[in-house]
Amino acid sequence: MIERSATEIAAAVNGRQASAVEVLDAQLAQVERVEPSIGAFLSATADLARRQALLVDEAVAAGRRLPLAGVPLAVKDNMCLSGTVTTAGSRILEHWVAPYTATAVQRLLDAGCVPVGKANLDEFAMGSSCENSALGVTRNPWDLRRVPGGSSGGSVAAVAAREAALATASDTGGSIREPAAFCGVVGMKPTYGRVSRYGLIAFASSLDQIGPIARTVEDAAAMYDVMAGHDPMDATSLPRPVEPTATALRGDLRGVRVGLVREFDTKGLGQEIDALYRRAYEKLAALGAEVVEVALPHAEYGLATYYLIAPAEASSNLARFDGVRYGLRVEGANVQEMYAKTRAAGFGPEVKRRILIGTYALSSGYYDAYYVRAQKARTLMAADFEQAFAQCDLIACPAASSAAFEFGAKGDDPVAMYLMDFYTIPMSLAGVPALSVPCGFVRDGESELPMGLQLVAPLYQEARLFAAAHAYEQATRFTLDRAPASLEGVR
Amino acid sequence: MTTMVEQAYEAVIGIECHVELKTNSKMFCGCRNEFGGEPNRHLCPVCLGLPGALPVPNRVAIEHVVRAGLALDAAIPAHSKFDRKNYFYPDMPKDYQISQFDMPLVSGGVVRFRRADGSEGSCRLTRIHLEEDTGKSSHMGSRDGRIAGSTRSLVDFNRAGVPLMEVVAEPDLRTPEDAVAFLEYLRLTFLYLDISDVKMEEGSLRCDANVSIRKPGEPFGTKAEIKNMNSFRSVYRALQYEIERQRRVLAEGGRIVQETRGWDEVEGVTHSMRSKEQAHDYRYFPDPDLVPLALDAAWVQELRSTVGFTPIAAYDRLQRDYRLSPAQIRQIVDDPDLARFLSATIEGGAAASGEGIAAYAQAVANWLLGDVSRILNERGISIAGQDRLTPAALGELAELSIGGAVTSKTAKELLEHVMSEGGSPKEIVVREGLAQLSDPTAVAAIVDEVLAANAKSVADFKAGKENALKALVGQVMKTSKGKANPQMAERLLRDRLTGS
Amino acid sequence: MSSDSSPAAGGGIDVTYVARLARLELSPEEAALYQRQLDNVLEHVALLQNLDVSGVAPTAQVVPLTNVLREDEYRPSLDRSQALAGAPSREGAYFAVPQIMEEQA
Repeated sequence: MIERSATEIAAAVNGRQASAVEVLDAQLAQVERVEPSIGAFLSATADLARRQALLVDEAVAAGRRLPLAGVPLAVKDNMCLSGTVTTAGSRILEHWVAPYTATAVQRLLDAGCVPVGKANLDEFAMGSSCENSALGVTRNPWDLRRVPGGSSGGSVAAVAAREAALATASDTGGSIREPAAFCGVVGMKPTYGRVSRYGLIAFASSLDQIGPIARTVEDAAAMYDVMAGHDPMDATSLPRPVEPTATALRGDLRGVRVGLVREFDTKGLGQEIDALYRRAYEKLAALGAEVVEVALPHAEYGLATYYLIAPAEASSNLARFDGVRYGLRVEGANVQEMYAKTRAAGFGPEVKRRILIGTYALSSGYYDAYYVRAQKARTLMAADFEQAFAQCDLIACPAASSAAFEFGAKGDDPVAMYLMDFYTIPMSLAGVPALSVPCGFVRDGESELPMGLQLVAPLYQEARLFAAAHAYEQATRFTLDRAPASLEGVR
Repeated sequence: MTTMVEQAYEAVIGIECHVELKTNSKMFCGCRNEFGGEPNRHLCPVCLGLPGALPVPNRVAIEHVVRAGLALDAAIPAHSKFDRKNYFYPDMPKDYQISQFDMPLVSGGVVRFRRADGSEGSCRLTRIHLEEDTGKSSHMGSRDGRIAGSTRSLVDFNRAGVPLMEVVAEPDLRTPEDAVAFLEYLRLTFLYLDISDVKMEEGSLRCDANVSIRKPGEPFGTKAEIKNMNSFRSVYRALQYEIERQRRVLAEGGRIVQETRGWDEVEGVTHSMRSKEQAHDYRYFPDPDLVPLALDAAWVQELRSTVGFTPIAAYDRLQRDYRLSPAQIRQIVDDPDLARFLSATIEGGAAASGEGIAAYAQAVANWLLGDVSRILNERGISIAGQDRLTPAALGELAELSIGGAVTSKTAKELLEHVMSEGGSPKEIVVREGLAQLSDPTAVAAIVDEVLAANAKSVADFKAGKENALKALVGQVMKTSKGKANPQMAERLLRDRLTGS
Repeated sequence: MSSDSSPAAGGGIDVTYVARLARLELSPEEAALYQRQLDNVLEHVALLQNLDVSGVAPTAQVVPLTNVLREDEYRPSLDRSQALAGAPSREGAYFAVPQIMEEQA
């Protein structure tokens, strides 16, 4: 049961071949077996899950068909789910119980999903390895000495380890795509504004997007179809109707022009990885795609741009964590001292670094040179994508520059970690939809580690994106018939 | 001894106001926008600043501000946006305030006002922008409820997120009198537009003032910001005090310090609030949770058509066209409902112009400020809160009484009747036969009848008793069942009695 | 908004000052560490100064939307108990905070 895809589970529950409660029980048994080694969850939501499963079974018995009936779901712990502890991976919210539910999560519940637990993440979604979580350690199911990626480390690990069939995640500079690549699952970031941010604990408002994590492209598409769409509670959510993607999947890429980005040449990534991506691009061609070269001339400015804009917005978004209305409080002689002590105790080092640099980038005398200049660079990068998409229908490139690395491998240098976002940041800055789909394995020592192919589409072309990813996935099946090494013997 | 030095300076006053807007819901969420009530009652994730919450702007609040700008002859830009103003304070749920920095909804504008003596003044505006209000803190542990000496503060976030309009004026004002007149007309304008309750005592209108002095012709002096003025009277007294304080400082050879000073209502002085010299770095940037505003011509034109007349325009018209007395004008202008009722009555009245319209308007005003107001007060209702007396009806009454078609006593009775039952005075007059008897022949006939029947009164009058005439007039009224024109009756009686 | 100060001239981030603005208490060791790390980040970010952005408008909005507004309608609020539930310190129906020292520092 736990091996089944979300699509299969929903079909079985809707068709009454299995009950949502049965599915949940099987899922919880897996969680119990595997969690001690994986650590994907910060908290379990067992009571809520049981209530929800019963509701789903009732609805199905009454004749309703729910798109994701009974599908076990992990919820990234930066998304509010009413009645659950929602921490954003931070000490400052370690015990905070959300009194409301994020719109995207509510839509999944309404579609029949059963929430299994809140998934671990880098604190406030700031990180590329999940090592910045203040509340737990998540391990990569393919090699427990390695990171699952970040910031959505818990979400991808849960899905890869069969602890849930689907997981919600968020992507600001690559936080869905990079960990999806590291854990051999499918992770997708929609066009900015496609999925409501209401209830997503904000990191960088103009970049954050919620997206699906699944083991198959079809599942990810189905989950996206449920979550996407206008929300009156989010002023940046797109009023455009959502073209269904799960029913538009394709088996080939005939007539599709795939652009390979000159600036993303993989020669510098080592022989094995270079070969792996070459094979991936050749596979796209074999599926009928016309492969062309395109350019993103300003790609090299992506990191600098992102690491000004994102921290700037974050420094403002995180100001509300001040010990007054909720969360951690450390007492002080006066209120300003209380703020300073509370935030010092509540935030981890990476969060502090970003708040500091973000505050600096907005501060008097530096605003124009940093924040405004970065926003201008961003305009240029968005224009790059527009121009590239005049010559192709999709872009293909790596989702990350390497496979999952070992804990502590990036050392104390924040920039070393920031470089992990090189391939994913430009898409976030431009707001275009992108996903990662497994494209093979590389060897590192005794481990075989998954790698991800990133596909990028123009604004609003999620259907095209999923269709192509599905064709590639079905023709390659890298992880469809294969479970992570750490799960062997744990069945 | 210091008189000559004092007289050399002129004051420069720049006022800044915050106005809570009248809406059903808050600026960025659907919580109730309501004054008073239990603390922390109207809160949601958005206005409490919970993680994950997002703002969505209230359309009506934006329209209120645009209408305010249109009423004050300001420019409405084609584009506007919201910015975040970042600072930490316990009454700030997000520790930033959503406000407007460099692209406010309204730019420029002018407030024209009338002083107590009727003379005209004006003060330009710099800008008007829209933002959200903060919560309210009460300070515990100090003797007087102020921050200084307090041990802790209690915060109520009901007010957090209420739409707030900030009005910044140019430093055109030169006297405390003008400052108050300016505030009165600013306040009235917003009352006329029905965009705020503008009650200083409830906090829906709050004012600060920047005050400096200089010798005329010289550049502006150093200014002090005066806060904590809770009424127009406070504003007047505080400005008076501060101007004098600054004069004294300079006269004694000192320098004015740029600082914030709080007005102490009890002691009648301003105190330095000793805040840090360095300005706040608010790190303004466009709010990424909100999209820009495009104020297209059609939308602005639609709003312009809802503005109606302003209090200063009302004052001008009442003075110039209707020639009411200053006291009457002030009474009417001060009450938007009264002004609207008067205007509707006059516009809808008989096609008179020039002299005619002034007389008509004066009659209407007299009725409105006299018997109508009296009856409203007696019944504890407002002119807008009743629907019996309509502007059309008041107009008819005014016409009837100007033209002498009914006696003044009858007119008052008509008014009482209409204010209870509604209806058209003219129709009632016809129906009940209440028309005043003003035909000289008919009145003369009654006069002769009365004279013939009241020989004693005639004799009394001829003997020098003026009261006897009144009695005779009374008799004429009685005989005519109250319809005779009393002035005519008196004149005819007097003519016959004195043999002319 | 603020004058364009070239970050190349006269020193980069003053971590102690910025920490105060951001209400983050830092030990001297932390301040020194972050100073070092952030100077390093800013070196990488300095790349942006070479980019020719003349005539380029800053991205106001990632996808072009304007006038997203809501009608002036009441929407049910949180229960007061819910609103106060997370309060680290409360007195009756109020959120309590330690004494406020200065006027909006």
